[in-house]
Amino acid sequence: MTAAHYRLANCHSCGLLSRLEGDGAHCPRCGAHLHLRKPASIARTWAYLIAAMILYIPANALPIMITGSILGEQRDTILSGVVFLWSSGSWPLALLVFFASIMVPMLKMIALTLLLISVQCRSRWQPLQRLKLYRLVEFVGRWSMLDIYVVAILAALVQIQSLATVTAGPGAVAFAAVVVLTMLSAMSFDPRLIWDPLNDATPEPATPEPATPEPREPRASPDALPR
Amino acid sequence: MSTIRYRFIAPAPMLAQRRPAAPPARGELVACHECDLLQRLQPFSGDSVQRCARCRALLLRYRVDGAQRSLAWALTGVMLFLITNAFPIVTLELQGIRNNSTLAGTVLSLWHEGLPIVAGVVAITTICVPGIMLAAMLYLLLPLNRGVLPAGSIGLLRALAAMRPWGMVEVFLLGVLVALVKLTHFASVIPGTALWSLGALVIALAAMSASFHADEVWRRIGIQPLKP
Repeated sequence: MTAAHYRLANCHSCGLLSRLEGDGAHCPRCGAHLHLRKPASIARTWAYLIAAMILYIPANALPIMITGSILGEQRDTILSGVVFLWSSGSWPLALLVFFASIMVPMLKMIALTLLLISVQCRSRWQPLQRLKLYRLVEFVGRWSMLDIYVVAILAALVQIQSLATVTAGPGAVAFAAVVVLTMLSAMSFDPRLIWDPLNDATPEPATPEPATPEPREPRASPDALPR
Repeated sequence: MSTIRYRFIAPAPMLAQRRPAAPPARGELVACHECDLLQRLQPFSGDSVQRCARCRALLLRYRVDGAQRSLAWALTGVMLFLITNAFPIVTLELQGIRNNSTLAGTVLSLWHEGLPIVAGVVAITTICVPGIMLAAMLYLLLPLNRGVLPAGSIGLLRALAAMRPWGMVEVFLLGVLVALVKLTHFASVIPGTALWSLGALVIALAAMSASFHADEVWRRIGIQPLKP
């Protein structure tokens, strides 16, 4: 039995469970708007995701770091930075940057697309696995910011006139935007949508199972619920 | 739709005992925030961690001394945050020329290079969010440990939850380490005071967030919709 079945809504801000009556209901504890599901979750997630996908192209094509020295100017994209690390012998670092900057954003976008399509098809396939995928996407997203910080520190530190200067390139802007947008996309996705087709499909049991609670008294103190 | 006004209910009996908020009532009804399964919390006394029966999402985590622990970590965090911002992170030495950079210096150099957006992202995720979070936690936890709920707790708790994913000090620390390794190929680098305090700050912030349970504070904010 889900809370939505009884029109009970979890407050997204303070977590209080209360009865939803009509549109525009407010949480009795913190005053936040109450919704059964995040409003326009799928549309928002798609919007952020598509914006991130578009910006992913300049993020990889444009130079993220420009190194100037006596020998000339070198423009590094994310991938050439990884190749440089690999060829200079620090392969554990190359792997780390490769994972954080290339694998994670790409897998994150693929995973979110998969989740969105499966939710829109009202798929009942492996809900727990899909939820775990969502948790992974949420957890791992922030680590893509790694390359931005590396460039930021190098640009601040390597400012030795005539010997070597490092400046951040336009690719850094696009890449930072990709990271922020994919994080926003993951945040606006509502994982409860994964479970909804399952709940609709299960026939309502004649007698509630012992574990399922009575809808009559949703709180220890019934007065706590808004009328 | 009528607007509902709220007022705080001071948990008077608990104040005298100087204890954290009482554990939730037995058999309280909750909905899982990840799969929406309706279920009752198991009765418990003392520390407890409860997970959703269907998807294992965290439903409740309660520690008797949670507020004290997070206050201790927040105080530690404030000191480390100040040190991290005051001292240079790394010093670079190349052919007798020395150049060092602080956290703010990193942001400023990005700004001067004409990348205000990247500078803003770095400033928000490494300076603003951790700083504001620490200040908010102190404002909230100092009175709370004396049994008083500070004014504006509702807004503060909401802001804390919204800010949390955007504090990325740990990613920044890893970024500094990667940059250091990259630099060792052509110059000598000297780790600064702020690098060590940054490492400690990462631990303090993680421990502070882990021991702080907003749920416990929410329970102290009573529910009393006033009649319109």
